[in-house]
Amino acid sequence: MIEKPTIAIVDYGVGNLYSLIGAFKFFGVDPVVTEDAKTLEEADGVVIPGVGSFEAGMKGLQLRGLVDTVKKIAKNNKPMLGICLGAQLMLSEGHEFGIFEGLGIMKGKVSHFPPLAGNEKVPQVGWNTMAPPENNAWAESILHSHQDSDQVYFVHSYILEPESEENILAFSTYGGHRFCSAIKRGNIYGFQFHPEKSGAAGLKLIDNFITLVKTHQ
Amino acid sequence: MKNIRIIPRLDIKGPNVVKPVQTEALRIVGSPKELAHRYYKEGADELIYLDIVASLYGRNLDFELLKSVAQSIFIPITVGGGIRSIHDINNVLRSGADKVAINTYVVKHPEFISEAVKKFGSQCIVLYVEAKKQPNGSYEVYTDGGREKTGIEVVGWVKKAIDLGVGEILLTSIDKDGTRAGFDVELLKKISSFSPVPVIAHGGAGNVDSLKEAVLEAKVDALGISSMFHYNECSISKAKDYLAKNDINVRIIS
Repeated sequence: MIEKPTIAIVDYGVGNLYSLIGAFKFFGVDPVVTEDAKTLEEADGVVIPGVGSFEAGMKGLQLRGLVDTVKKIAKNNKPMLGICLGAQLMLSEGHEFGIFEGLGIMKGKVSHFPPLAGNEKVPQVGWNTMAPPENNAWAESILHSHQDSDQVYFVHSYILEPESEENILAFSTYGGHRFCSAIKRGNIYGFQFHPEKSGAAGLKLIDNFITLVKTHQ
Repeated sequence: MKNIRIIPRLDIKGPNVVKPVQTEALRIVGSPKELAHRYYKEGADELIYLDIVASLYGRNLDFELLKSVAQSIFIPITVGGGIRSIHDINNVLRSGADKVAINTYVVKHPEFISEAVKKFGSQCIVLYVEAKKQPNGSYEVYTDGGREKTGIEVVGWVKKAIDLGVGEILLTSIDKDGTRAGFDVELLKKISSFSPVPVIAHGGAGNVDSLKEAVLEAKVDALGISSMFHYNECSISKAKDYLAKNDINVRIIS
């Protein structure tokens, strides 16, 4: 049990970090926002935020020499949370404005939404529910407290397509299309939605991640 | 059907939330921080935060005030007022905004839309339109908080802005703003009938029926509401309950 964990948010030049920092502070954790490899390696938990294109995200990490650092941290199964683009980068391949190599923490690709029922608009902007791939799939995860009726906030045009079902933690449905809204490998999580923008339901997931960081073996 | 978003709108002047009536007579409503927090707790799906005089005075909005409002609000915030550079957008995003709404500057410099979209993604760039009905029945774009005529027709302008990459449209009816007399359904229909990006209706929300009308008749994606909530005519949860009873999907918080 770590009483006062260090949580590092990777600053690679994309996205609004203000509310993410605020969400951790809400639970008494003052996160370090950093682009320094050593600080990331020494942290007890790592958050990869991000809004923007896949290519820009990978470039942001490359420019700061952080690609191998993040891969190494993932290899050690240190608690890690990718949010939106941060989750997408965890897969091996992004298909946005071309094909780009991702971090490959989990196998799979990031693709555009297919044409949707009722000409539903893309990007998906707004609140949606999540469901586990099978009963009890959330019991041993940071989604354990999440209810089927809880809604979380999405803003995205591209979706996570992990290769292995083992990495699928949650599904959501938009415009008749069922897509993967959360991925997991060990202590590593990727959320397509924004927990820091999802009201009380999202804050609870941040709290659960903090607990994971404090208690993981 | 996806959820219809209920989005309280805060018009900011100086340190206060104010409420213009047809963008003119301003009344002080209260503190931005307190109102934002109240709406967040009551179940707002997002917030709109607009400094309504920044553009007119050619200055930036108050970033410190925005930060103080954003720090305890864990829902998306769209911020507008006086934005006229990539640097401004960066500053607004770093102060707690998730999206920016731009009207005046892009009307004068449409090419700035593509520049901003390239840098921040279309999901981040909201076109703010202030529309006023003309004697011939068409709608004209106004700027600077509804004070300046532009001679530009609304439908053509929105089409152009969508082509340039905006990710959402915040559509205000100047004629209805602050009147609580119902939305300008005709105006909303003109845009929602073709828009491939979400449309937020604003101006005229008066009672729960007017909300239903905007969703069912004008088929908008979100409702921007100020006076109706500011003056406690109806709470967010009451509005949502009513919409839900009419088979309109909304997010209900437990």
